[in-house]
Amino acid sequence: MAQKKFVVGCFDDEKVLFPAVKQVRTAGYKIQDVYTPFPVHGLDHALGMRETSLHTAGFIYGITGTTTAISAISWIFTKDWPLNIGGKPHFALPAWIPIIFELTVLFAAVGMVMTFMWLCQMAPGVKKHHFHKRATDDLFVMVIECNEKTNAEDLKALLASNGAVETDIQVAEDGWWFGTYDTENDNLYKQVAH
Amino acid sequence: MASIKEQFEIPGKLKTWAYALIGIGGVALLVGMFTKGFSNDEHEQVHFWGTLMYNTIFWTLVTNAAMFFLCFSTMAQAAWMQSFRRIAEAISTLVPVFGAITFAVLMYVVLGNKHHIYHWLDAAAVAKDPVLKGKAGFLNPTFFIIWTTLAIGLWSYFGYRMRQISREADENPMDLATATKFNIRSMTRSGFFLVWFGLTVASTIPWLWLMSIDAHWYSTMYSWYTFASSFVAGMALIALWVIYVKNKGYLELTNQEHIHDIAKFMFAFSIFWTYLWFSQYMLIWYANIPEETVYFKHRVQGAYKPIFFLNLVINFLAPLIILMKRSAKRNFTLVAFMAVLILFGHWIDFYQMVMGSLMKEHVTLGWLDFGILGFFVGVLILMVARSLASKPLIVKNHPFLKESIIHQV
Repeated sequence: MAQKKFVVGCFDDEKVLFPAVKQVRTAGYKIQDVYTPFPVHGLDHALGMRETSLHTAGFIYGITGTTTAISAISWIFTKDWPLNIGGKPHFALPAWIPIIFELTVLFAAVGMVMTFMWLCQMAPGVKKHHFHKRATDDLFVMVIECNEKTNAEDLKALLASNGAVETDIQVAEDGWWFGTYDTENDNLYKQVAH
Repeated sequence: MASIKEQFEIPGKLKTWAYALIGIGGVALLVGMFTKGFSNDEHEQVHFWGTLMYNTIFWTLVTNAAMFFLCFSTMAQAAWMQSFRRIAEAISTLVPVFGAITFAVLMYVVLGNKHHIYHWLDAAAVAKDPVLKGKAGFLNPTFFIIWTTLAIGLWSYFGYRMRQISREADENPMDLATATKFNIRSMTRSGFFLVWFGLTVASTIPWLWLMSIDAHWYSTMYSWYTFASSFVAGMALIALWVIYVKNKGYLELTNQEHIHDIAKFMFAFSIFWTYLWFSQYMLIWYANIPEETVYFKHRVQGAYKPIFFLNLVINFLAPLIILMKRSAKRNFTLVAFMAVLILFGHWIDFYQMVMGSLMKEHVTLGWLDFGILGFFVGVLILMVARSLASKPLIVKNHPFLKESIIHQV
């Protein structure tokens, strides 16, 4: 839970956004994220983000599900409570495969959804700072975190000269938190006067 | 797009290979035909005609899968495959050729009354057998011949119509009205193929051609199993040709994004195939009724055990493990290797589907199988290459081409 200072630039056109992303990165700033109303093809590459590890996590969850199912069923049916079912052997692998499969899918699916929500910092009752309300409607919102060397005014000017229709500086909560938004502030963020 | 090489020229080496394979395979085919096919020994006859049957049926269904791929993509208005659709079209031109061979072989078997292959051809046995009598409305020579003729004929005809309409997009740029009309016409034509495909490959044809070898036995999974097998092999064949032609410096507009999607089909349908493989096995294993287990008896416990499980390793475990990662699906070498492996694996699958029922006592895999395989591969290479060289490689005025060029996974 830390308050940080951000420079925010809003764009209303993908064609302007992409060169702007390139310019800002060439100038040496590190873009934290670009919030868009819909998925924009190629934006993750333009931002230089690494490939997600979500599928690796999914594989591990799946393998965990497989192992859980095999070890549980084989222990139950051969050691703990062996039953004669239709004259089949106690270790009846073909009959278990559907359950092994289901548990693999269940673990992978639930695990991946939870990981995804953790990575995106989303959950029921959890709040996150909105840099601009229209990021869910018609604006591409580019957010750059300031460090001690950043000249925020220069950066604002750079964004504006690259076609940002709106720019501002915000001091905002970086992570997620339980609770409510500050209802007194209709804009969901505090504008910093300079 | 000035730098696009539209005209495919057949590399000399490819021709040499094709002729060599046709030559060697042709010799094996003829030697087999005269020493075994026309011999007086029933075992030898069954060995030869069975081997020829599974090869020709396999390659007919695999090349037909290329047209199926084009048709369902067209029906879904998919754009990503437009940059290499001529490859799939070229593969599908083999349907009439392999179809004719299949037709000739099946006619020889049915009209020649080879009841050691199709037991239901034996009229005297059918008359005494309540099960076969019950099936006689479907399993009889007349229906078999009519339905086989219709199937092969209409696959070829509807496929031809699909290739014709794609030629229209070579000529002039289309305006919106023409393009819309073109799109609707393409979808209509693919609809005809798809409906007929569903009535044949996905249901009746595997029953007639393959499942009726075990005349008493039946499985409701069988046709889907055969379809899955031939479709995944068809995607592997498309992948192999796309990678080959691209490596020769053509298909500039096709890149790893497209290969990624083809490999996804190979991966997904390998698993779909396994799903059917397992479902068919498990239900019969669980019920344990002698009439049903007869199919698996010699496959799971008899001579075919190694082949039966090798099949599962090649067609399930290998694609599952090797093609799972995104980077593997985008790697041309790995996808080409997996395509060869999958094609071989499903060829082996067809081998055990047919020969596992005909030669229950011992595995016959040998020079005859590989010789005939070589013959079919040779014909395939030569004719696909010729078909590719006869048309532009890029359908340059197709309304969806742009979308295919910028395709991103």
